[in-house]
Order: sequence, then structure tokens, then C-alpha cells
Amino acid sequence: MPDSPLPHHSHGPSDIELRVERLEKLLVNKGLVDPAAIDALVDAYENRIGPKNGARAVAKAWTDNRYKNRLLENATRAIMELGYQGRQGEHMQVVENTEKVHNMVVCTLCSCYPWPVLGLPPAWYKASSYRARAVSEPRAVLAEFGVALAEDVEIRVWDSTAEIRYLVLPLRPAGTEDLNEDELATLVTRNSMIGTGLVQAPKFEL
Amino acid sequence: MNSAHDLGGTHGHGSVDQSKIVNFSDAWERKVFGMTLASGMLGKWNLDESRYARETMDPGDYLNSSYYEHWLHGLEQLLLTKGLITEQEMETGILAGENTGIAVQAHRIPDILNKGTPVNMETVQPPKFSGGSRVLVRNFNPKSHTRAPRYIRGRQGVVASHHGACIFADQHAKTGEKVPMHLYSIRFEAAEVWGVEDAEPNVSLHLDLFESYLETAP
Repeated sequence: MPDSPLPHHSHGPSDIELRVERLEKLLVNKGLVDPAAIDALVDAYENRIGPKNGARAVAKAWTDNRYKNRLLENATRAIMELGYQGRQGEHMQVVENTEKVHNMVVCTLCSCYPWPVLGLPPAWYKASSYRARAVSEPRAVLAEFGVALAEDVEIRVWDSTAEIRYLVLPLRPAGTEDLNEDELATLVTRNSMIGTGLVQAPKFEL
Repeated sequence: MNSAHDLGGTHGHGSVDQSKIVNFSDAWERKVFGMTLASGMLGKWNLDESRYARETMDPGDYLNSSYYEHWLHGLEQLLLTKGLITEQEMETGILAGENTGIAVQAHRIPDILNKGTPVNMETVQPPKFSGGSRVLVRNFNPKSHTRAPRYIRGRQGVVASHHGACIFADQHAKTGEKVPMHLYSIRFEAAEVWGVEDAEPNVSLHLDLFESYLETAP
């Protein structure tokens, strides 16, 4: 194959781009990696597996008490009922927020995250600041996220140090009594399922 | 190992940059992600070995580089130590040996992702602790991989639940051996971990810890 023309940038590819390109070429030529497998993996997590999955589980738990009980009892199985399972979600646990307990998830040692229900983590979840501070000053971190909780609300921080992956079941906001499961699912944010956000009721314009 | 990856409770990192939402910030990061998972599926190493390989990065470089640079470092190290590529091949990008033909084909990916890699195991060994037991995390400082962060060693907590037995990560990272070990969810009060002066009020920390990290609190 002829060399492709250089991109019309003022500078060429960076060192790391060249290093990655070289390794990819080698792994493909050596028959260790199928280039189509790389695309399939990226496509799976960029386009199919994401926080909409977790939001479905949350909305279902809010509207179906028996499902909620199953989710809290055996999250891996209850999430599988919705068709979500597998890599980095083999052993799931759902932790429920109440008026008196707020849960928040981190992985201080690497960046473990429940992929089947939330997809790949946002960059801030993997960055040093969150990994360092979520355990030592969770209230300060929550305040940065705009979440202010009274002192009588216990903050429970879950550091994912083994292969158990955590999903927060956020509080259902007041004023959503008339919404159905699908409508509720659209309100559930990724941050609310990590514990760095609260779910807000929709604001209707008068 | 006590290195830069063990970030819990360290200072000086600034505020959390919430504008960094997307997982992949560049095309090369997608490639590293895909190559790492696809290579891992060859079954030549396990996830704990992958984590260990990333932790061996120079601590200064670790803190000054992005997440997928850690992954790239880990992948290169594993490919070299497992003998899948040579130093020379890595430097030149030119194939020296033969095409191995062992690549996991794209059509198998969805099934492999769906199955995942469960780590629960059976053991005849009864668990040492039960719910409500007060435990002390041992003071130990292995130069190899461990899932006991520094900030929790030497602290006391209470067993909240028993997860059953799982593959012991520390051993798995070192030799690849799958040894069953009881795993517990332990609850620690923030004041016990950070001291009453510096802990925030009404905060508890919950860590999943292997039995060998723990002893009965005095």
C-alpha cells in the first residue's frame, strides 16, 4: 500500500501517535490483533454500551418495587434481565440512596467502573484528582459537582478495590409521580449513577 | 506496590475537571483501548497482570501522562514479557518472526464481551470473618501488585458483608495462579482513616478486601 499523504497540519503526528501506529501495524502483521476487532471494540463502547443501560435499570426500579428488590438483592442477575451483562459487570452491586444516605463510587487504584451499565468512564473519573479526593474529601468533591448535602446525610464512598462493580440507585425526584418508566429513564444522568449528581425533576415552562 | 497509581488521599491534584467528559480524547486512545482488549483476549495474561503492568510505569511519568498512556505502557510490557513481540520489533514496528495467526476475530467480540470473566471461585476453607466482625487491615508493603490501598493499611473497620471467595488478585498478578480467597466488604469510618482533625463529618468508606489483608482487631 502506498504511503498516505501527510496531513495538512503545521506539525506531523505526535510521538505517541507514531508509537501507537507502529505497534498496531506490528500486532496486525504478526497476526496478534484483527484490525476489525479494534473497530468492533471501540464501536461497542462508543455507540452501544453506555449510561442509557443503567438509566433503564434505575427507572425500572423506581416504578416496579419487585424489580427494585431484585436489583438490591442480586444486581448482576437483575441487570441481566434487561440484557446487560459481561465484561466489568460480572459482579454487580447496586447501592441505594435515601434521604439519609448518599452513595458515591470511585476506584482509587486504577479506574474500575461498571461498563455494561455505564459504558466507559468519563475522563474525570480516571483522573488523579477524583481518584485521590473522592475518599478523603467526598463532600468537597460533591460540592464541586453542585451537590450540597446536609451533615446529617451520611456519605458512603465505595472504593472499587476488587471485582465488585457499583451502581448508585439515585433518589427519585419529587414531582415525577406522573412520569412513566421511559420518561423517567431520560432524567437519569450518568453522574447520578456514579453518585456525583442528583436526579432533577424536569422543569416545565408555564 | 506503593507507587503513583495508589492515589487515594494524596494531595495537590487540584479540583476535578468535569469538562473532561468523553472517554477517548484522541484517535490513538481508541486504538490503545481496542488493541489492549483484543490482545488480552488471546488469553496470555489476566486482568490483574494488566493492572500490575500499568503500575510499573515510572511514577513521575504515571502522574504526568494520560490514562491511555498507562494502558499503552502496560500493553507493551505484557507483549514483551510474554514473548509475543521482541524489543526490536517494538522499536521498528517491523515484523521479524512469522505471522502467528492467533488473532481473535472481530465476529467473536460481542460474545466475549457478553461473557466477561467472572472471578468467583469455590473453596472448602470456611471464611474467617462474618458480618459485624471488627477487623484490622494488616500493615504490609509488597513490592508487587496488591489491591489494598496504602491509605487503608493499619486501619480498623467492620465487616459489612462477605462476597464469597474470589481469585486472589495479588497472586493472580504475580504468577497467574488462580487461588480462591474470601472477599469482604469492609466499612471504615472516615475519622478512623484520616484522623478526627481532617476527616469530613459523617462519611464512611467501603472497600472490598481479601481475607489475607485482614486480622481480627485487637
